[in-house]
Amino acid sequence: MAQVELKQVRKTYPNGAEAIFGVDMQIDDGELIVFVGPSGCGKSTLLRMVAGLESVTSGDILIGDRVINDVSPSERDVAMVFQNYALYPHMSVRGNMSYGLKNRKMDKAEIERRITDAAKMLKIDKFLDRQPNQLSGGQRQRVAMGRAIVRNPQVFLFDEPLSNLDAKLRVQMRIEIKKLQRRMNVTSIYVTHDQTEAMTLADRLAVINEGRVEQMGAPMELYSNPRTLFVASFIGSPAINLIPAKFDGTSLIAGDMALAGFSDLPTDKDLVLGVRPDVLTVSDEGQFSINVDLVEQHGGENLIYGSLPSMVSDAGDVQEICLKASQSLLPGLDEKMTLAFNPEDAFVFEKDTGARLK
Amino acid sequence: MKRVQFEHSAIPYMFIAPQIIIIVVFFLWPAAQAVYQSFLLEDAFGLSSQFVWFRNYSDTIFNDAWLQAAGFTIVFSTLVTALSLGLALLLAVKANEVIRGASTYKTLLMWAYAIAPPVAGLMGNLMFNPLIGDLYIFMNSIGFDFDHKLDPYDAGFVVVLISVWKQVSVNFIFFLSGLQGIPKGVQEAALMDCKSSTRRFWTITFPLLAPTTFFLMVINITYAFFETFGIIDTTTQGAPGGATTTLVYKVFQDGFRGADIGGSSAQSVVLMIMVLVLTVIQFRFIEKKVHY
Repeated sequence: MAQVELKQVRKTYPNGAEAIFGVDMQIDDGELIVFVGPSGCGKSTLLRMVAGLESVTSGDILIGDRVINDVSPSERDVAMVFQNYALYPHMSVRGNMSYGLKNRKMDKAEIERRITDAAKMLKIDKFLDRQPNQLSGGQRQRVAMGRAIVRNPQVFLFDEPLSNLDAKLRVQMRIEIKKLQRRMNVTSIYVTHDQTEAMTLADRLAVINEGRVEQMGAPMELYSNPRTLFVASFIGSPAINLIPAKFDGTSLIAGDMALAGFSDLPTDKDLVLGVRPDVLTVSDEGQFSINVDLVEQHGGENLIYGSLPSMVSDAGDVQEICLKASQSLLPGLDEKMTLAFNPEDAFVFEKDTGARLK
Repeated sequence: MKRVQFEHSAIPYMFIAPQIIIIVVFFLWPAAQAVYQSFLLEDAFGLSSQFVWFRNYSDTIFNDAWLQAAGFTIVFSTLVTALSLGLALLLAVKANEVIRGASTYKTLLMWAYAIAPPVAGLMGNLMFNPLIGDLYIFMNSIGFDFDHKLDPYDAGFVVVLISVWKQVSVNFIFFLSGLQGIPKGVQEAALMDCKSSTRRFWTITFPLLAPTTFFLMVINITYAFFETFGIIDTTTQGAPGGATTTLVYKVFQDGFRGADIGGSSAQSVVLMIMVLVLTVIQFRFIEKKVHY
C-alpha cells in the first residue's frame, strides 16, 4: 500500500503528438481514484504511464517515495486489469494467476494459498483448471481481477475493465470492485469514460480533457461545484442543460427569456447557463416554458425532454431542455410546461474559455 | 429431428469439379501410374515391359546408394527445417520490435520469397564458383579448405545454406503475422508479470505462436523433401559421390537419367509412404501440444 504522486507529468509521442500536458496529482494511500473523460483525452495514456507501458517524457511518477519513471513495469509493484482481460489464452485460470508470482520466484505453497484465497473471494474457485476460452465474459473479468489480486501490489490499475460486459453485469461488477477495493484497502486508479461508473466508484475523481486534469475532487463536489463547462457537462446523468445566454446588467437573456437573479457577470461576453435536470421544477410562475418532445419513463422517475420554442439556432437546431420529474408527472407530447429554477442552483460559464463565473 | 434437405442438383458437383479434376489428373493418376510402374521392368529401350512383382523394390530400396540418399535426406531436412524456422523466428521477433524503417526492413527480408528454387540454386552456384564465387573465396580465405566439388560435407553445407536462405523469407512472413496476431494486451500483461524478456518469449510468445510453428514445420519438411530438388539440381547435382542426393533427386536420377522407370517408381512409392507416415505423426503427436 502506498501513495502515488504525479509531478508535472508530460507525454509527447515520437511523432510530436502531445498526449499529456503537465499533470500534477496526489493519490493517498488506499484511495480509489477514477480518471474519467471522453475517448482520446489521455486518461488511458496516463494510467499506462503509471503502469510503465508508456514512457514518461518529462516529470516524475512516484509510488511511495520511489520515483518509478525508469523502473520496468514488472518491478513497479503495480497490477493492472485490462479492458480486454488480456488473459494468457494458453494457460489455465490457475496458470494465469500464478504466472506473475512464479516469475517472482515465490514459494509454491504461498502461491497456492494466494490463488485459493483470491479465487474464493472472486467466486472463481470452481474454474481454476479451465482455459480462458471456456469462460464467460464475466468470469474472465474475475480471473483478470484475480491475477491482479494475487500479486498483492501496492497499486491496482484498472483500464476500463467493465466496458466489455453487458449492462447488468457491469453494475454488479462495479459494486464488487468497490467492495473489494474497500476490503483490501489498496490504492487504486480506475480509468473509465462512463460517468456513472466514475461517480459511483470514486473516492475522488479526476476529469481529464485533452491531456489536462480539468478538475479533481470528490464526485459530489464535482457535481455540485464544477469548475469548468467541460466538467459540468461531463458529470451528471442526464447531462446538464446548457443554454447560451448574455448578461444585460440585470438579468440573463436567452432567446426571449430574461432570467432574473444573476449579478456580477460580464456584459460583453457570450455566456452559457447550466441548469441540472433535477433542479428544474414545474411551476405556474415559471421563468420559461418548453414544448414537450419526449418522455422517458425510467420507472422511479420520468425524464421529460422538451425544446425552447424561442431559441432556434441559425442552423435550425432547437435548444433541448431535460427535466427530471417524478413518475406521476406524465405530460402529453407537444404539451406546454412552465419551468422554474433557483438561480442559486444554476451555473454560469464563459462560453469561450469554459471557465465558471458563478 | 427433421433437418432441412435441399434438393439435389448437379450444381454443387460442378463447383467442386475443377478441384476434383486437378487432384485426379495431377495427383491421383500419376500416383496410380507410379504404383503400377513400380511393378514393371522395362527393357533398355523402353519397348517392352514385364510384370516383376516386388523386384524393383528389392533391387532399388535398401541398397547402399538408396540408404545413403535416405540418410542425407533425413539430415538435410532436419537441418533445413530447424535452421530456416529458427532463423526466421529470430528475424521476425527482431523485425517486430523495429519501429523506424520497419516496412523497408520487412520488405528486404521477404524479398527472397519471390525467387524460384532453381534460380536460388543458380545464384548459389555462382557464389560458390571456384573461380569467381565470393563465398567460395571467402570460405577459403578464412582458413577452411573449402571445396564442395570434392568434400561431401562442404557440398552439404552449400545445399543447406541455399535451401535455408530461400525458405527463411516464407517462414519470416508467417512468423511475423503470427507475432502481430498476439493481442497487445496479452503482451502488456506479460510485461507486468515477467521481467525477463527471454522468459517472456518462451512462456508467452512462443506458445502463442505454436499454431504457426506447427503449420510451418509441415510446410518446411515438405519443402526440404521435395522443393529443394531445383536447388540440388542447379548446384551439386547430388555430387560428390551421391553425398547430396536426396530421395527425390535419386528418383529423378534413376528414372530420367538412368532410364530405370520401374526402380524410380518403386522409390517414389516408398517416398510417398514415408511422407504419409510423417504427416500422420505430425498431426497425431505434435498437434496435440498446440493450442489454437
